[in-house]
Amino acid sequence: MERHFDQDLQQLKERILYMGSLAETMIHIATKALVDRKRDLVKDVYRQEKDVNMLQIEVDDRCLKMIALHAPAASDLRFITAAMKINADLERIADQAVNISQTTESLLEEPPLKPLIDVPRMAQIASKMLKDALDSFVNQDENLARSVLVRDDLVDELKEQVFRELLTYMISDPATIKRALELILISRNLERIADHATNIAEDVVFVVAGKDIRHGSEYLEPSRPPVAPD
Amino acid sequence: METLVQSSTAMAEMKKPSIRTDVSGPARPVQEAVPMPGIALPEQGLFAENINAWFGAKQAIRNITLNMRPRHVTAIIGPSGCGKSTFIRCLNRMHEVVPGARMEGRITLYGQDILSQDPVALRRRVGMVFQKPQPFPMMSIFDNVAAGLRLNGVRNHGQLETVVEQSLKRAALWEEVKDILDKAGTGLSGGQQQRLCIARALAVNPEVLLMDEPCSALDPIATAKIEELILELKKNYTIVIVTHNMQQAARVSDETAFFLMGELIECDRTQKIFTTPQQKRTEDYITGRFG
Repeated sequence: MERHFDQDLQQLKERILYMGSLAETMIHIATKALVDRKRDLVKDVYRQEKDVNMLQIEVDDRCLKMIALHAPAASDLRFITAAMKINADLERIADQAVNISQTTESLLEEPPLKPLIDVPRMAQIASKMLKDALDSFVNQDENLARSVLVRDDLVDELKEQVFRELLTYMISDPATIKRALELILISRNLERIADHATNIAEDVVFVVAGKDIRHGSEYLEPSRPPVAPD
Repeated sequence: METLVQSSTAMAEMKKPSIRTDVSGPARPVQEAVPMPGIALPEQGLFAENINAWFGAKQAIRNITLNMRPRHVTAIIGPSGCGKSTFIRCLNRMHEVVPGARMEGRITLYGQDILSQDPVALRRRVGMVFQKPQPFPMMSIFDNVAAGLRLNGVRNHGQLETVVEQSLKRAALWEEVKDILDKAGTGLSGGQQQRLCIARALAVNPEVLLMDEPCSALDPIATAKIEELILELKKNYTIVIVTHNMQQAARVSDETAFFLMGELIECDRTQKIFTTPQQKRTEDYITGRFG
């Protein structure tokens, strides 16, 4: 039976997807500005952040209204609570893209330190993780969501690698410290984006399968008493 | 008829209102934990096993097995005609009062077979509160609560007063009626009347309280009072509540059973039923996709 409520759920899904596409574009532009050394591009990132902020308020408002008016249960309840969390993650991802842009502006005032290889690769992986997390949300695809989780480790490793490499630059020549630190900050921003994408994927598994898999809770002893008494 | 049966429910002898220490009456449950490594067995309270019930040739309940844990609230939800009221009426043998109705199965209370008991004695242990508050007409508030005791021969006024006050307090009605105990019970508001009926059921000190849609005739404030009361009462009583209001089931119960067309579809912790039900039919019902 098609419910009127289903239209509200569909609209909520569409707004989250739109917000996700904005966040993806922001990561893309911020990375392009850095790699291609095009300072003008970052303005687009700042402009889109405002849109994402407005969407965050709108999405929360929609969710609250649906909870208050429909008292959703089961999969509807899981969907709406996940939507609120995904909403917060997307807004944070947009913030990270803004931070990357701000650091990029500072970096572009000086000549390049080194050819960028790992940082764009991190950006590419994180961006694809976000895309897949959102696709899994749209298609209720648990397997795709789980595939996002395993990629998080790869991004973490790349961040460590970037850090080690830049450390050698800083040790050998203190004049590189500012630029090296800024690149480390950017790699950290990208790593955070991957973390947020991971959170989204975990929420999707909760929506689809009803399983809370955060912090490895899926693999804890089944006889373990619940954390919170009911 | 309900009034008649209700009065028989109230027909009971005076018992000490707190946990029993006498050996003559049915014992309160002793926590008999079955030691089994790794598996915590739920405590068996009111246990209905393979219950089947018919109205004439029409089968209303099909093979339901359900454990209602002691000092917990078990909610039974389901669409109209799914057999939830019939089921709880089986639990204190009120189903068979309907002409042409019959039931089969086994029901135990703390491991003790209760179907072989005298129905009147059973209803003293398993009290019932109905959808529409039914205070005895022409009786004062005091007499309403004392009715069951008087029918069982308690004449000592001091004793009656004690139990009436205690029952009204437990039903969270004492403060509102303590100065008008001689006024007619029917003069109270709907919510107060329902709490009066609960006090009347409590006066005979039952072990189980069955509630059939106890709030469906009440406004949200009276409903909230009854719900608070249920949460208070479950410390001492095993409560089974039938409700159409899913939010009410979610608010007051520890465990929820979903019935559909006379069958038990799913029973689990209430939080689980309302967040991650295992059965699609449960999901469809509680999200309103049913049909």
